[in-house]
Amino acid sequence: MKKQLFLGALLSVVTVSSLAASGASRNEVVNGEKIAREGNGRGAVGCLVCHGMHGEGVSVSGFPRLAGLNARYLEKQLNDFVSGARDNVVMKPTATALSEDERRAVADYYSKLSVPERVAITLESNEVGEALALRGKWDQQVPACIQCHGPNGVGIGEHFPPLSGQSALYLANQMREWKKGSRANDPLGLMKHVAQSLTESEILAVAKWFSSQPTFLVENSDITSQVSAQETTQEKVTGGKQ
Amino acid sequence: MRKLILSGLVSVPLWMVLNVGIALENSTQVKPAQANPAQAKPVQSSPVSKKAFVPPPESEIPEGKFGDTIRLGRDIFLHTRANAPEYVGNDLNCSNCHLDAGRRANSGPLWAAYVRYPMYRPKNDKVNTFAERLQGCFMYSMNGKAPPADSEVIKALTAYSYWLATGAPTGVNMPGFGYPKQGFEPKQAPSYERGEAIYAEKCALCHGENGEGVHVKKGEFAFPALWGANSFNWGAGMHELNNAAAFIKHNMPLGLGGTLTDQEAWDVAMFMDSHERPQDPRYNGNIQETRKKYHDTKWSLYGIEVNGKVLGQGVK
Ligand code: HEC
Ligand code: HEC
Ligand code: HEC
Ligand code: HEC
Repeated sequence: MKKQLFLGALLSVVTVSSLAASGASRNEVVNGEKIAREGNGRGAVGCLVCHGMHGEGVSVSGFPRLAGLNARYLEKQLNDFVSGARDNVVMKPTATALSEDERRAVADYYSKLSVPERVAITLESNEVGEALALRGKWDQQVPACIQCHGPNGVGIGEHFPPLSGQSALYLANQMREWKKGSRANDPLGLMKHVAQSLTESEILAVAKWFSSQPTFLVENSDITSQVSAQETTQEKVTGGKQ
Repeated sequence: MRKLILSGLVSVPLWMVLNVGIALENSTQVKPAQANPAQAKPVQSSPVSKKAFVPPPESEIPEGKFGDTIRLGRDIFLHTRANAPEYVGNDLNCSNCHLDAGRRANSGPLWAAYVRYPMYRPKNDKVNTFAERLQGCFMYSMNGKAPPADSEVIKALTAYSYWLATGAPTGVNMPGFGYPKQGFEPKQAPSYERGEAIYAEKCALCHGENGEGVHVKKGEFAFPALWGANSFNWGAGMHELNNAAAFIKHNMPLGLGGTLTDQEAWDVAMFMDSHERPQDPRYNGNIQETRKKYHDTKWSLYGIEVNGKVLGQGVK
């Protein structure tokens, strides 16, 4: 029965997507969870159809996880899909069908879902990916990815999204989009420079490396100091748990 | 309790239908003119550093005791408080100001530094050994204490620097040494107001609105503090406008070094260095006397009045 609902919703993305989001009245309390589950009835499909029941994403399809990402980051992405600064045929109609309030509400909702807990999986050694992630490629002025995306890629604050807990396919797609210019929404062009300096095989290697990282800070250093760090800097660090 | 990656699959039986996601990736879409104004291409190498020396790759650090000491030096350089806690008074790492683990030209690389010492330094009016130069960065940049010259910490940092300088000539200023300051002068007097605007546009997203930086965990910054109690102190080289401007010009914003104009680098350095930071450890109780003795240069704002306040009060 649920299945049917989703299918119906899916069809509407094709037929109703041209409807602009105009109706949402400011007085109504916008319910982020409802939008995530059912859409808004004016052209936006329930997000879970593609982003998973718990916002965990769908690895094989390259649908990103949204759960536990910073609310302001998510909201900015939705706005960027609308403006075209992040040009994506799948997300544009959905984002456009949401009012600004709805975008904010659904972003808030996903930011509060718990991060899907994933343990490290290391199937094979990946020196190229690891070197890029941990040390960068400074002869082309590419800093280590973790300098901006945090240890293991857990993300830092509203500007620097997590890379761990995303599929290699999604991560690689994004870097290709920056290279092509269809994603041009990064502050100061920071990621554009990074992506343009990487070869296709480096993109694949580093995407694979981050996709096999745990979504929580697990370092050999003592756990208590990390816990207290999260308490003291909760505002600033996304650090997986939120 | 721990779910593996595959769990995502089960909840959406429709993923095949929805595979548009990947297919679309190949479609050529005409992008609306949304170009980010600030996406200038970074300068890959500055004129000063054209023939910069290339230190050996880390994979060539030898095995055995000597190699272990080199690796310890590298680890101290990258995670300073974690590996040399007794000598460090802030959460900075050496590599925050000497990028790529001390390998990057134009950010005070260790391979170029190693071959410049012993050297006479006006800062303390004597000939300094390399160990003394390292001690200086602990006292001022790290707002800490000097490790004894025969300590493991100095030994390890020296070994790491020596190894990075493998094959370098001694007694010369190699291209890319220090922060390039030769002939680097502001065309207009550096402006706090212009600097403030640049800071808000191009620096605050990482270093924070109040220069406080962002922690990645307790005791270590992801984005280091530029001023305030957890930054370098009033005795550090970075508090001088010429050092700060030259560093920023070549290395900031992170990954985009070389994209600011010279004037922008001076202006934002002026803004950064017009804020309070920990007191100079040589402070003798009187700001003007301390200025006269240690900061008598146009590049230091110590003891100078900015926005109605005399700088050099110190913060704890
Ligand atoms: C038809 C499938 C589909 C639906 C329905 C859908 N999305 Fe997406 N979403 C995608 C795909 C595919 C991407 C990745 C786009 C790309 O590759 O740039 C994406 C990306 C995103 C991103 C960017 C994530 C990041 O890490 O940058 C956000 C935010 C997002 N979607 C929010 C939503 C919300 C909110 C809804 C519901 C209102 C929704 N999506 C519905 C397919 C979908
Ligand atoms: C100088 C800072 C910086 C560095 C270094 C950096 N990134 Fe990023 N990255 C960003 C920013 C900023 C964004 C978010 C852009 C936006 O607002 O949409 C981002 C976003 C991304 C995304 C998209 C994530 C998503 O959810 O859509 C991927 C993938 C990514 N970065 C990969 C990498 C990889 C791999 C590296 C190392 C090779 C790297 N980044 C290094 C700043 C950086
Ligand atoms: C806040 C920034 C900062 C930090 C942190 C820092 N330094 Fe420095 N360092 C400087 C500045 C500024 C100079 C002077 C550069 C110049 O003269 O061009 C310098 C110079 C040096 C030099 C001499 C370079 C030369 O060519 O003569 C060495 C060696 C050095 N630092 C080592 C270290 C070590 C080791 C640490 C960590 C314990 C460290 N630095 C931490 C800013 C910093
Ligand atoms: C993308 C994030 C980012 C941006 C934007 C950025 N920085 Fe930095 N900055 C860093 C990081 C990270 C370091 C430490 C470098 C390292 O460890 O490799 C740093 C180091 C510094 C340092 C030396 C360390 C210290 O604490 O004094 C100064 C000075 C500095 N930045 C100034 C600036 C200025 C001025 C701007 C704006 C023009 C700027 N930065 C923009 C990330 C950034």
